[in-house]
Amino acid sequence: MHIWGWLKMSNILEIKDLVVSYGGIEAVKGISLEIPEGQIVTLIGSNGAGKSTTLKSIAGIVKAKNASIIFDGKEISGKSPDQIVSNGITLVPEGRRVFANLTVLENLKMGAYLRKDSIKSDLEYVYSLFPRLKEREWQLAGTLSGGEQQMLAVARALMSKPRIIMMDEPSLGLAPLVVRDIFDIIKTINQQGITVLLIEQNANMALKVAHKAYVMETGKITLEGTGAELLANESVKEAYLGKSK
Amino acid sequence: MKKNTKILASLILAAVFLGLLIFIDNSSLKNSMLSTCLQKGAIYALVAVSMNLLNGFTGLFSLGQAGFMLIGAYTYGILTIPVTSRGSVYQYFDGGLVQFSIPVIPAIILAGIMAACFAALIGLPVLKLKSDYLAIATLGFAEIIRALIQWKQIAPLTNGSNMLRAFPTYDTILFPFIISAICIAIIVLLIRSSYGRAFKAIREDEIAAEAMGVNLFKHKMMSFVISSFFAGIGGALLAMFQASVQAKAFTSAMTYEILLIVVIGGIGSITGSIIASFLFVGCMEWWLRFLDEVHYIGDFKVPFLRTGFRMVVFSIVIMIIVLFWRKGIMGNKEFSWDAIAKFFKDPFGLVSKKKKKGEVK
Repeated sequence: MHIWGWLKMSNILEIKDLVVSYGGIEAVKGISLEIPEGQIVTLIGSNGAGKSTTLKSIAGIVKAKNASIIFDGKEISGKSPDQIVSNGITLVPEGRRVFANLTVLENLKMGAYLRKDSIKSDLEYVYSLFPRLKEREWQLAGTLSGGEQQMLAVARALMSKPRIIMMDEPSLGLAPLVVRDIFDIIKTINQQGITVLLIEQNANMALKVAHKAYVMETGKITLEGTGAELLANESVKEAYLGKSK
Repeated sequence: MKKNTKILASLILAAVFLGLLIFIDNSSLKNSMLSTCLQKGAIYALVAVSMNLLNGFTGLFSLGQAGFMLIGAYTYGILTIPVTSRGSVYQYFDGGLVQFSIPVIPAIILAGIMAACFAALIGLPVLKLKSDYLAIATLGFAEIIRALIQWKQIAPLTNGSNMLRAFPTYDTILFPFIISAICIAIIVLLIRSSYGRAFKAIREDEIAAEAMGVNLFKHKMMSFVISSFFAGIGGALLAMFQASVQAKAFTSAMTYEILLIVVIGGIGSITGSIIASFLFVGCMEWWLRFLDEVHYIGDFKVPFLRTGFRMVVFSIVIMIIVLFWRKGIMGNKEFSWDAIAKFFKDPFGLVSKKKKKGEVK
């Protein structure tokens, strides 16, 4: 905790005692996270640890049983997903989930659905991040490759002008080279002042870019520290980085 | 093709069609089968497009259309029967409860509003359901409405299971076309707006749509209510077309007819629904009629042809379409002059196929 003490003042998102249950089973058993403004925070852990559920409940898509989620000093738990998006939190859902029968441009416009102001400059901004999308503006999103769809999913989320972008396994099912592109983009987005909350199975990549990291196991946070600290941690190495005993 | 050329081509097409309608309206063809099919086709086109808004664009599989048409038709009938005729129409109920009548256009709009109000009420519990469950619930609703309207206790209002008649109808066959065209234009504008995009997003992926900040329930409700509004107007037009209306005609079979038009036209295509509705009505009312009559070639009696055989053939045609032409006439595309121009330059892709072969060599 020592190193984070001075940053506490500038936490953009604070989650306390988040409990989520599906039916009778608790998927998330009272976790607390602190996400400092302007950083990349990653949440790693194996399948079924409750990572996706955590993100979904922050986005309001899954209702938490008990939680205090404070965004920028305001309590947002219990609000509807559209209110949360208009507050400046956006989710890139797992498995990309682009709108397959809509064009790339329509997908991007959907990202800005709740905005009333002009989106022209933001379109130019995301096209500068992803020049490939500009080329395919009129193509149906379903015809894009996996990597392009992931880029579209990120671009679409950026169209809502978020302060925090939450990404659920952006590297899922992508070739290693494409994964590197995606992580480069994550760093670029972060350098422009957007806080990133990242969920990953690819712990190696995630810990390298992250300023701060949490390890989650069966609904609980078991470890936290800087990305570098966790990369060097023996138990993390064993469980997630594939180091043999 | 240039934009101006396209607009010109569309205007010419519209003018030719309008000219044709005016010609039919003023000639002896006015009471012919052609005219009947065109009128019914226009009305069905509106209802099919309204169903497509819900099923094709929002992805909500609803089968309540006949119920909303019924509400529209009855609202129109009840409100417009002239006071002087009410005694004879409501002969078993002392002239009925309603003792006033309102002009045609406000009544048509009220028919839509009434259907929309019912949709809003039903939507509250029903729109939480998904796919097949939603279809079953809405189908059940339509059946309940049909039974309710024939209920003896409210017969002074609805005339029970007796027919409503003597309400004003239209004198020119242009009337259903104009009303349908206005309504379809409104639906097209809606689909092209950002709301339409949100509807499509819900159809594509509910979770992603929700993550983009689309309020699922609110948008589904909007689509359901608007679709029902136009189905109600379609019902009012149908009542005018038939000059009488009876609840027992609005069975689930009617919903299936509309659903068929949507499927044949292409789910998610407005122009597909319009084209298919004229084709469907044409086949149903006119071109396949001969199958219902006994025919002789010389002394040979053609087998199978008798009353009801039309429906058998029709069902087979539909099965063939669903099996081999699943996307319908238009798929999810819209009519475009570019496609027509392309077709005439290169029918069925023969030229480009030859070119490709040439390249391989």
